[in-house]
Amino acid sequence: MSGHVVSARSYFAVFLALMVFTALTVWAAYTELGPLNNVVMLGIAFIKATLVILFFMHVWYSEQLTWLVVTASFAVVAVMLLLTMSDILSRGLLGTPGS
Amino acid sequence: MSDHGTAEGHALDHAHQFDDAEQQRDASTLGMWVFVAQEILFFGGLFTAYTVYRSAHPEAFAHASHHLDIMLGGFNTVVLIASSLTMALAVHAAQLGKRGGQVLFLLLTMALGSVFLGVKLIEYGHKFHEGFVPGPNFTYPGSEARYAEMFFSLYFAMTGLHALHMVIGIGILAVLVAMALRGRFGPAYYTPVEVSGLYWHFVDIVWIFLFPLLYLIGRH
Repeated sequence: MSGHVVSARSYFAVFLALMVFTALTVWAAYTELGPLNNVVMLGIAFIKATLVILFFMHVWYSEQLTWLVVTASFAVVAVMLLLTMSDILSRGLLGTPGS
Repeated sequence: MSDHGTAEGHALDHAHQFDDAEQQRDASTLGMWVFVAQEILFFGGLFTAYTVYRSAHPEAFAHASHHLDIMLGGFNTVVLIASSLTMALAVHAAQLGKRGGQVLFLLLTMALGSVFLGVKLIEYGHKFHEGFVPGPNFTYPGSEARYAEMFFSLYFAMTGLHALHMVIGIGILAVLVAMALRGRFGPAYYTPVEVSGLYWHFVDIVWIFLFPLLYLIGRH
């Protein structure tokens, strides 16, 4: 429930993890991983965001309705990205009729 | 909610439409999350625009990204995450009713937020100086200048909107400091600190994505 008090220790642990992941993402950016560079970079960003959402924003201790709003918001962004990119990347695949 | 602190508010720890204080607190948290969900979609549109243009011109985006200062960007990332820690500790102090801790951590969060904006200002200054501001005076040393200009348009739109959120956030924190000084927050009522914290952490999350997507592409 939202009244849960998270210990200061846990907050410092999350902060430390966020710092480690920040260092990791900078290191990964300078390392040649081919197409994996983007995957690693975004993967780390998602892990960091999840840590902030679950612990700094207390979602871990929140009721289910809050979980629903949080996941729904990211799901809707994913739908927006997916539909937009499926349009953008498939343009020209079939050519222009009459040309 | 505003009648907390009045004579009536002292007699009752929740407004009459709620069963108890916990239900009132949960309702506030949920309401704030609905607002944050809207903000996620707001920034989501910009991230979608970024994805569209970067997928079309990956080379131009990678080269343009080289003109951002990774040291300043990295420093700001650390500063902003540290400000999220102090914000979380401010909520912690509010939950425990420690007035000194509330004021200290809220002021620290404001200070770190100001440092972030100061560094951003220095970065913007460099970009203006180097001619990287999109428009008639845009000058670019490499090829594909048109698409590099698109990168910088997105850079200024995304970091600018993010910085605007920080300015608003610092304003909100100033109000919280005034309320904390008057001893308005304690174990029974700390909702304003909690929901403002949600806003501040959301702004941090936006930067967690902006930093790699703007500063770190094409470094390898």
